Amino acid sequence: MLNVGKIEEGFVLDHIKAGKSLYIYKHLQLDQLDCTVAIIKNAKSGKMGKKDILKVECDINTLNLDILGFIDHTITVNVIKCGEIVEKKELVLPKEIKNVIQCKNPRCITSIEQGLPHIFVLTDAEKEIYRCKYCEEKCAEK
Amino acid sequence: MKHLMSPLDFTAAELDNLFDLAGDIEKFPAKYAHICNGKKLATCFYEPSTRTRLSFEAAMINLGGQVLGFSDAASSSASKGESVSDTIRMISCYADICAMRHPKEGAPMVASTKSRIPVINAGDGGHQHPTQTLTDLLTIRSLKGRLGNFTIGLCGDLKFGRTVHSLINALIRYPNIKFIFISPVELKIPDYIREDVLRKNNIPFEEVIRLEDSMADLDLLYMTRVQRERFFNEEDYVRLKDFYILDKEKMALAKEDMLVLHPLPRVNEISVEVDEDPRAVYFKQVQYGVYVRMALILTLLELSE
Repeated sequence: MLNVGKIEEGFVLDHIKAGKSLYIYKHLQLDQLDCTVAIIKNAKSGKMGKKDILKVECDINTLNLDILGFIDHTITVNVIKCGEIVEKKELVLPKEIKNVIQCKNPRCITSIEQGLPHIFVLTDAEKEIYRCKYCEEKCAEK
Repeated sequence: MKHLMSPLDFTAAELDNLFDLAGDIEKFPAKYAHICNGKKLATCFYEPSTRTRLSFEAAMINLGGQVLGFSDAASSSASKGESVSDTIRMISCYADICAMRHPKEGAPMVASTKSRIPVINAGDGGHQHPTQTLTDLLTIRSLKGRLGNFTIGLCGDLKFGRTVHSLINALIRYPNIKFIFISPVELKIPDYIREDVLRKNNIPFEEVIRLEDSMADLDLLYMTRVQRERFFNEEDYVRLKDFYILDKEKMALAKEDMLVLHPLPRVNEISVEVDEDPRAVYFKQVQYGVYVRMALILTLLELSE
């Protein structure tokens, strides 16, 4: 059994669907942080069978909860201070996400207009459907 | 400042005001002949269009205003690589209102975020064509006397036709409307219209293949063209292009007060012999397109009071 130690201050993302941790790592731009990051893949989970966990030792304010909520709002976000969990943050589906994913519609204006942010808007919370703000193409990544 | 990107940008009450104004313009054109003196409409058409561009230009000229613009991307600075955002900033210095058609979906919306003047979406790829929908609604309201309490048949290419999708979205806001979708299996309405628009809002609808079977039930028939440019396979297009041909025989099955609409251009789907039938109103529809664009220009320029 592999053991990864506690972090003193930062956050632990728990209950990530197995295999999704690197996707989250990329979208949270954790590669750009100069801090300790532990990526735990395929950890045993009573609830999920297998799960991924991310431990990040950094200022909690650097975490973009909107992006995380968009990727998977069922992830548990534990805020750690002095080695203890001080808060569990609830994720919600963000109403709008900017420059997280790109519109794949070749007919969309985002395919040619320079400097245009890629914005997706939540159009159906029940079915978790996001559509491009410009061409209304459904996001294929959810 | 208001723009028009989608027919749903206006509430049903705002649409009523717009259609009332269009009706007044139809009755008293002289009253509106100079209301836009000194105002300029820029028609920025990044792809060719005959009807829509001329309809906008006629609308502005009828209001006493003037028109400038370009009619294809090759004659605009887009050919030099200028962005839509930069172009609209420039156009904002030249004109008071802009009608934009662009092959890229969402281009007019991008323009509206950078513009100092109202922007009207005059068609963006296969996405929206709101002034066609306003034209369709005004035609129905003017000739039927109501928007609501009718059965409408939509016939032809229901899969790719943006005018059909826009019209369905606009009509579901009115009471007691039943849709009959008449199309070959290959060109049926998309799933998202069936599930997210119709079933979600409990709107009654039927899907049929034969036009003859539904003619007697219809208060309105909206014909569409099967568009060659939407097909990847010429063989499929050839097989489907003449699937429906509305002719005198089929018109004989219809109610005496049923109306036939078409967004035009018509190819073979309506036989020319039907043109003389008083129920064929697709050329009147073109005239209503001018009235509704006049009303829209006045509304967006805040000159409607």
